[in-house]
Amino acid sequence: MLFNIISYITETLIYKNFILVFSALDETLLLLLISLPLGFVLSLIFALGRISKYTIISRAVASYIFTIRGTPLLVQIYLIYFGLGSIKAVRESIFWVLLKEPFWCGVLALTINTVAYGAEIFRGGIQSVTKGQIESGQALGFSTIKLYRRIVFPIALRQVLPTYGNELILMVKATSLVSLTTYMEMTGIARKIMAKTFAPVEAFVAAGILYLFLNFLMVQLVQYLEWKYNPHLRLNN
Amino acid sequence: MFKFEKLVFGDLGWGDEFLLAMLMTIVVSILSMGLGIFIAIFAAWAKLTSSKILKFISSFYTTVIRGIPELLVIYLIFFGGSALVMKIAKVFGYNGYIELNALTISVIAIGIISATYSSEVLRAAYLSIPKGQAEAAKSLGLSRWQIFLKILTPQILRHAIPGLGNVWQVTLKDTSLISVTGLVEIMRQTRIASNVEHSPLTFLITAAFLYLFLTTFSSKFFNFLERKTKKGYA
Repeated sequence: MLFNIISYITETLIYKNFILVFSALDETLLLLLISLPLGFVLSLIFALGRISKYTIISRAVASYIFTIRGTPLLVQIYLIYFGLGSIKAVRESIFWVLLKEPFWCGVLALTINTVAYGAEIFRGGIQSVTKGQIESGQALGFSTIKLYRRIVFPIALRQVLPTYGNELILMVKATSLVSLTTYMEMTGIARKIMAKTFAPVEAFVAAGILYLFLNFLMVQLVQYLEWKYNPHLRLNN
Repeated sequence: MFKFEKLVFGDLGWGDEFLLAMLMTIVVSILSMGLGIFIAIFAAWAKLTSSKILKFISSFYTTVIRGIPELLVIYLIFFGGSALVMKIAKVFGYNGYIELNALTISVIAIGIISATYSSEVLRAAYLSIPKGQAEAAKSLGLSRWQIFLKILTPQILRHAIPGLGNVWQVTLKDTSLISVTGLVEIMRQTRIASNVEHSPLTFLITAAFLYLFLTTFSSKFFNFLERKTKKGYA
């Protein structure tokens, strides 16, 4: 009986598709594993640039954020993949080793995109740190670097964790757009299966379940981080 | 690199084509946003009722649609939508071939995505109204519909405008994805033009500027609306 049920499930198209899409999970994860940490570090730097007292820096960062947030990610991916490739100087430079690969174009586009959103989120967090906390740090003789490392960043980061968690989920979803530059991650594979089997629902539902699972993990991670870095908000320690 | 001469109006350039494509993007965005708000009203209402089944259906819908990529939703509706409509038609005794046109599919797909965000905005706006408002209206003898239409709706709208402005920006940018359905909006026009002229950079930068223009202009419009509706309040 049980064997019959299992063999019935493994015979269904959706199960076969699921296995096929699952084998492309590492391609999606690889995109995220490079662009998310890179995006996080650069977002912090850009957030500091955004509130810099040098007008040139803050204006430059502000216009970067404005441009990236005002255009769709698809335009940015196409600009990097098709646009940069059409410039002769780029094709002859050393960057071409990376830029001719759809994978690295995807990483570059995703990083550029998330930095614009992340910088704005972190700016809000940094500016929400109250003046008293900074002043007390200064009164204790903290240097500027130590002040940021020990006081401003920890308070700011835990303040913006829920918002940044949303941005992380948007990034997981955004990786699907890289499939439009012929990079075969989960959505690309699902599209290929659809073209082969003419069964769109089974192909895309299989991919959808995996994306849901990835996002579920991301939510759990963010909630754990919120729990870990907000000990003062826990009911019982 | 950037060829301005390719963007003139008339037969020699792509200026007029891009203008039409931009209008198509605006039309699709407005229709999807409208459909999205229409669905969102029901989704938000279902989340606020005491019925557990309605609550479950509504939160299942918003969680799933927000958890999977927009591109996947569009593929699913684009490739699976016609089959579904044919199956429904078969129940009513129609066996012919039905094909939905690209505009309908695009509006439905983007509308379904946009509705998940709008429903959260509307729900939060409803919850931000103090309970005393409805109670006061009730004690004045207004009927349930009157309370909803004359007391609650104006306040919900006022609270929801900033949030709906954000949803509009997301919806506008999501319409770039419907180029996969073949509907000629900005992104599709960009691909066509760059394939013909072998100059992708020119047209991609044009597309970026058009989107930037649309988002900037509409955020100005929503700021104006927000100021206008806030008149008389702190």
